[in-house]
Amino acid sequence: MKKLITKEQVIPLIQNGHTVMVGGFGLTGAPLTLIEMLGDSPVKELTVISNNLGEPGKGLGKLLVQKKIKKAIGSFFTSNIDAVKASQAGELEVELLPQGTMAEAIRAGGAGVGAIYIKASVDTLLSEEKEMRVIGDSKYVFQEALKADVAIIKAYKCDTLGNLIYRKSARNFNPPMATAAKVVIAEVEEIVEVGQLTPDEIVTPHLYVNYVVLHRKEGA
Amino acid sequence: MNVKQIIASTVAKHLNEGEIVNLGIGIPTLVTDYLHDDSSIYIHSENGILGVAPVPEEQEPDFDLVNAGKIPVGINEGASFFDSADSFAMIRGGHVDVAVIGALEVDEKGRIANWSVPGKNVLGVGGAMDLVEGVGRVIIATTHTTKDGLPKIVEHAHYPLTSQRSVDLIITELATFRVKEQQLILSELAEGVTIEEVKRKTTAKFIIELTESIEEISVS
Repeated sequence: MKKLITKEQVIPLIQNGHTVMVGGFGLTGAPLTLIEMLGDSPVKELTVISNNLGEPGKGLGKLLVQKKIKKAIGSFFTSNIDAVKASQAGELEVELLPQGTMAEAIRAGGAGVGAIYIKASVDTLLSEEKEMRVIGDSKYVFQEALKADVAIIKAYKCDTLGNLIYRKSARNFNPPMATAAKVVIAEVEEIVEVGQLTPDEIVTPHLYVNYVVLHRKEGA
Repeated sequence: MNVKQIIASTVAKHLNEGEIVNLGIGIPTLVTDYLHDDSSIYIHSENGILGVAPVPEEQEPDFDLVNAGKIPVGINEGASFFDSADSFAMIRGGHVDVAVIGALEVDEKGRIANWSVPGKNVLGVGGAMDLVEGVGRVIIATTHTTKDGLPKIVEHAHYPLTSQRSVDLIITELATFRVKEQQLILSELAEGVTIEEVKRKTTAKFIIELTESIEEISVS
């Protein structure tokens, strides 16, 4: 399979200062193997776009402890006390977005849409410095689309072309992130021959996927 | 029943058959324990599930299938999975009828604060703002007072508000309040609870219109 790469090939794809989207809701659907690979890379000063920053020492929490993350854009970091402390200490720049605003901004980024207007956070502390617009009889907050240099995502299976399917709620942010980065690397549990995934079940068509890393689940 | 169970079971009584209900983290996730087996209420979870059910007994927890609180759940027949962008499109687009969420404080206009505690180790907004702006009815499920016994239903919120929108119902272990035209109305008392006790533990102004049967107030 042409898109299948190794750790040695992954590492140079993510460079200092890159903006990286990382799939997952907590650790569910997070590309934990790819994150481990980044942990072994000298890369630093990353801007990470991810709903959370893992848990203390787990998932993205590892990269945070290694001080590889300069800025985090996401919706909920309370579940990682290290992230909260790093932010308070001024060691981590944080941009909090309502979860739905973040998800839609990613979808817009992948769809060639420049920005969106959304009601969430109107007239709250979170939107204090943001542009607002009245459409009809409601107020909306302006949000630029989100894009990244690289997206690292987690899928369940891919075929040898790179078509992806997901498992249960491990889907979460992975499909929209697969559309919104220049380079997309998918971690999968299994690779099957083309034709074994039916056109009806494919969620992420192969045109979005540049590279694949295989990590079988323990016991599988 | 403990306090959380009292609150969750009261919330369940205020849901109408046929409604699509999003459950937030904490006490709201317990609501599924109080829906009867042939209920036509479907539970939506922000991380991409419609049709959340309790984990079936004797089934191994599956960490690819979790609720908004990242706790393993089950699904019922007819359930579906979707990505985070679609999930919040459902919320913002008005396709979810009810949201049940927690709150740090509710002010006397029925507005909530539930995402930020200045000076504390809290750094996240999650899906709260999207839900309060987007869904038809918002039900707050919260303990009546803080762990230190301080009122949570207050004249003015000390913490930053989640939205300018007033919620529809506030359910605690002591009482249920309706919110009408930005005014709190005490509509139900839990068994053995007196109006005096509610007054003592509530600093927000409210009027009293106790309802005989729950059915009368479950339609907003």
